[in-house]
Amino acid sequence: MFARYLVSRVASVIGVLFAVSVITYGLIHLTPGDPAETILTQQLEQPPTPQQVEEFRAEQGLDEPVYIQYVHWLGDVLQGDLGVSYYNDRSVSALMIEALPATVELAVAGMLVSLAIALPAGVLSAVYQNTRIDRISQIVALLGVSVPNFWLGFMLILVFSIYLGVLPVSGVGGLDHLILPAIALGTGMAAVVTRLVRTSMLEVMEAEYIDTARSAGLSERIVIWKHTLRNALIPVVTVVGLQFGRVLNGTVVIEIVFDRPGLGALLVEAIFARDYPVVQGVVLLTAVVFVVSNFCVDLLYKRLDPRVTLGEQAQ
Amino acid sequence: MSTTRPQSSTGIGERIRLEFRRNRLAAIGAGMVGVLGLVVVFGPTIVPHDPMEHAHANRLQGPSLEHPLGTDELGRDVLARLVYGARVSLGIAILVTAIRVVLGTVVGLVAGYVGGIVDELLMRLVDIQLAFPGLILALVIAGILGPSLRNLMIALAVVGWSTYARVVRGSVLSVKERDYVTAAQLVAMSRRRIAIRHLLPSVIHPVMVLATLNLGTVVLATAGLSFIGLGAQPPTPEWGTMIDSGSNYILDAWWLVTAPGVAIMFTVMGFNLLGDGIRDFLDPKQQGRLEEI
Repeated sequence: MFARYLVSRVASVIGVLFAVSVITYGLIHLTPGDPAETILTQQLEQPPTPQQVEEFRAEQGLDEPVYIQYVHWLGDVLQGDLGVSYYNDRSVSALMIEALPATVELAVAGMLVSLAIALPAGVLSAVYQNTRIDRISQIVALLGVSVPNFWLGFMLILVFSIYLGVLPVSGVGGLDHLILPAIALGTGMAAVVTRLVRTSMLEVMEAEYIDTARSAGLSERIVIWKHTLRNALIPVVTVVGLQFGRVLNGTVVIEIVFDRPGLGALLVEAIFARDYPVVQGVVLLTAVVFVVSNFCVDLLYKRLDPRVTLGEQAQ
Repeated sequence: MSTTRPQSSTGIGERIRLEFRRNRLAAIGAGMVGVLGLVVVFGPTIVPHDPMEHAHANRLQGPSLEHPLGTDELGRDVLARLVYGARVSLGIAILVTAIRVVLGTVVGLVAGYVGGIVDELLMRLVDIQLAFPGLILALVIAGILGPSLRNLMIALAVVGWSTYARVVRGSVLSVKERDYVTAAQLVAMSRRRIAIRHLLPSVIHPVMVLATLNLGTVVLATAGLSFIGLGAQPPTPEWGTMIDSGSNYILDAWWLVTAPGVAIMFTVMGFNLLGDGIRDFLDPKQQGRLEEI
């Protein structure tokens, strides 16, 4: 049964990825005016001659019908060739590989920060449900989702870099360069995860096997931290996994605030420069990561929780 | 959340009053949104300074009686710019949310009611839209169309309607088979009238909750994209743009970055509290939160 489910899910993921590639390619045709002219004007810093425009079109394959261009592009992409930047003759994949570590580092650190806040906060909130502790943790979580993360980044810079002078303002490097960006990124996520841990803990706490564990004489501490938390973590894993795709939303602004040369910074720079191959490359990569991470989490969820049925019946 | 529901025989005003007494956070949220409304409507007539007026002699002054939130790099009054900025931010949030609601509701209603191949196609469209991280797609669309507030609104509307479509379709599917809908079909009421008279009312509650929470997230997204440089352009007083230009003077003028962020936080928090409150009021069982940009 699992195999059949897997096949149908993989098929639908491939369908979505195909559509994603069409849209990613099509996006640049939203550009007002002729892309070749716009790009050349920026490159040459003056209006190009008609001849230059013709040459550029032929060179980039822009003189062919759009669907032919797309087929060529997709063929190259499937072979791992994402094209070459319009500005420096570097390949898009090389630029992305260069930018990737700064982003992954930030995303992982941000997720760790969010878990470090959310697990204790969510568990306490559930155990002391409807008490003052619960309410305070919910209000703090609400603050967390209401704060613009880039602004939080500046506030952290103001306090820790400028006022206290203990952490660097920007750039990449050792762990000290990672702390502030990770906190700025992780706080908003923490709020979402806290709510989730709380709801999930409450659900599990009502389950019969928890009563059983309790009546078997296990201490409250073991019941909560071992039996309840372990089961409550299933949906938490799902959402944190989903956040890995979504975390890319947040890294863009954080990278700009802290001047980190990651994928988000690369994307923004490419958008302003109208460096379309780079824009396409980054969008395609983030969408693929997003789709695949959602898919994996889905599978994981089905495996972890035997109550989730797979269309028909689980093995 | 707990316990007693007010009796349905009491009027709606009375019920809301009771609810606010029971749910203080929702009351606070409503109060915050109310304050914002007052600022948007009356603020510009009350603040003594012009948000665009340059006064180089006064540049980068700290908070004082004359300028409660200081002045910026061109000597403009920060408080005045914040107050005018509220109009920009809320105007965008309301417009974008309205477009999302209309688009999403129509798609969801058609998909859920017509069903079959139409449903299949529309839901694939939703899947595809949800395959992109929202803010990144919005960023690229806004960037390619060119930096302006109008393009930012288009971008945010395009990436946000699908959540509504899903929610509306779900509600429609759950009421479609009810007796009163079948009865309407039996008396040969037209499909369009059934959709408008019987199905649309059932989706109003979830859409209202979603839209209130959405107003906050749109404010956040607008500020984020404007901060990057893809939304409001200087000299328009917009909160995200103000944080961006203020960040250049972070060493000398902490208030320039700080003040607009507090305004954003206040706004988003107000909508979140109010949205949660409305949800508890309408449907206390539904606790899940939709996290969208």
